[in-house]
Amino acid sequence: MKPGNVTILIVDDDLDYLIQLQSRLERFGFKTIMAESQREAEELLEKTKPDLAILDLMMENEDSGFILCYKMKKKYPDVPIIIATGVAAETGISFDINDENNRKWIKADCFLDKGIRSELLKEEIDKLLLKYTK
Amino acid sequence: MSTLKILVVDDEPGIRSGVSRILRNFRVDYPFMDEAFEFVVIEASTGEEGIELIEQKQPDILLLDNKLPGIQGIEVLEYIKKKQKKIIVVMITSYASLELAVKATSDGAYDFIPKPFTPQELKSSIENITKRVFLKKMTNKLHDTGKQIRFTFLSVLSHELKAPLNAIEGYLKMIRERQSGNKIEDYDVMIDRSLERIKGMRNLILDLLDLTKVESGKATRNIIEVDLVQLARTAMDTMRPYSIQRDVRLDLIAPESVVMMADADEIEIIFNNLISNAIKYNREGGSVQCTIRKNETSCEIIVVDTGIGMSPDDIDKIFGDFVRIKNEKTKNITGSGLGLSIVKKLTENYGGTIDVSSSPDQGSTFKISLPIEKTCL
Repeated sequence: MKPGNVTILIVDDDLDYLIQLQSRLERFGFKTIMAESQREAEELLEKTKPDLAILDLMMENEDSGFILCYKMKKKYPDVPIIIATGVAAETGISFDINDENNRKWIKADCFLDKGIRSELLKEEIDKLLLKYTK
Repeated sequence: MSTLKILVVDDEPGIRSGVSRILRNFRVDYPFMDEAFEFVVIEASTGEEGIELIEQKQPDILLLDNKLPGIQGIEVLEYIKKKQKKIIVVMITSYASLELAVKATSDGAYDFIPKPFTPQELKSSIENITKRVFLKKMTNKLHDTGKQIRFTFLSVLSHELKAPLNAIEGYLKMIRERQSGNKIEDYDVMIDRSLERIKGMRNLILDLLDLTKVESGKATRNIIEVDLVQLARTAMDTMRPYSIQRDVRLDLIAPESVVMMADADEIEIIFNNLISNAIKYNREGGSVQCTIRKNETSCEIIVVDTGIGMSPDDIDKIFGDFVRIKNEKTKNITGSGLGLSIVKKLTENYGGTIDVSSSPDQGSTFKISLPIEKTCL
């Protein structure tokens, strides 16, 4: 799949992180649509279907990412979802993101650290896009 | 309703059945506890049997006779002390010498009931012990909750500090790599955003310092006669440039002076946080009204704004650490999320109360009531 035809939805309540991720993705040739909250993302998803999504876990709700992931999988089961975590944020909150069982429950395709190197991020994205277009 | 297990170790069957009978329908209620206790009694006729039952059934309370066929009561006590069992021991004994009393007490016995005892004497002792058991459990629970709260606080704090650092670092890298070309003007947005995040971090650190002062700085409190009106005026003067920038009117409604015993720095923090919030979350052309009044029992500080207001759900959350309400209306408003948490803790340090009422899109009212201590000179 040519990168130029791929639209990635990115959702995070940190505007600067969003801007920087957008820059990274666009340099790989991906198109991006952004949302700064769970609610904004839900509104976007009413009108559009992205090819892939990268979601933050904690936004206006502690489990915003989880809820979004769940809803997206129901609406667009063939769209891969990456959950980007800032490890310190999720420690000590209601559920432990590092727990294997919890990750299985959340049903995201992939969990990545927010600080991941760009090359690795591109690799993961390419892998998932390939998997879902087969 | 909770049930406490009582083990009675005595070689006299009459004593054992007597205890069972007396405590079977006994209940201990404490209005302040919100709890009631019932009892279930298990029996042992020897020290050895007693130890076995302590291991198996883990009773909460032990009624222990000293004179037993095999090992003596005092040895059972030693066992409990050695194994650090969490059980409260009452010695019931017909022969109590001072020597025994001293030894038993030093080995951890809590109370003595000399035989023969009346039902009332037994019940009184059990009632006392129940209160102690309850308080111990509550203290342990609070201790654990305290640890969890502190851990969560530090985790969230760590995140709140890392996020702006990551953002600034990200922008600096983009600038270094000349990602937007060679003209410096094309990097203005990145530079401005970085400066914004730095401002946010600075405010967070200042708020954290206030918070640590509030939570542990009791030794450095300087309680003197302060004039709330004077302190309010100072706070408003500090906020005036900001209020002008946001086109929000500031008004003070108060008598000449309102005096109370307090730490001036703490009162200043309260005014600064309430008034800055009132300006921050306001509309252009809006207003903030600070009223100060005093009655027989308390001093009141009331801050009313014509701002964006909050829903009932939001009101429940706002006093939490690092909580900021995130919605369409608050998108561009920055803050550490600690201000109201600090105000609430300070208010409670004075034995005061803080109340909030609010209507979305109309505004909010924060009311603090600080009791006046009646001092006799």
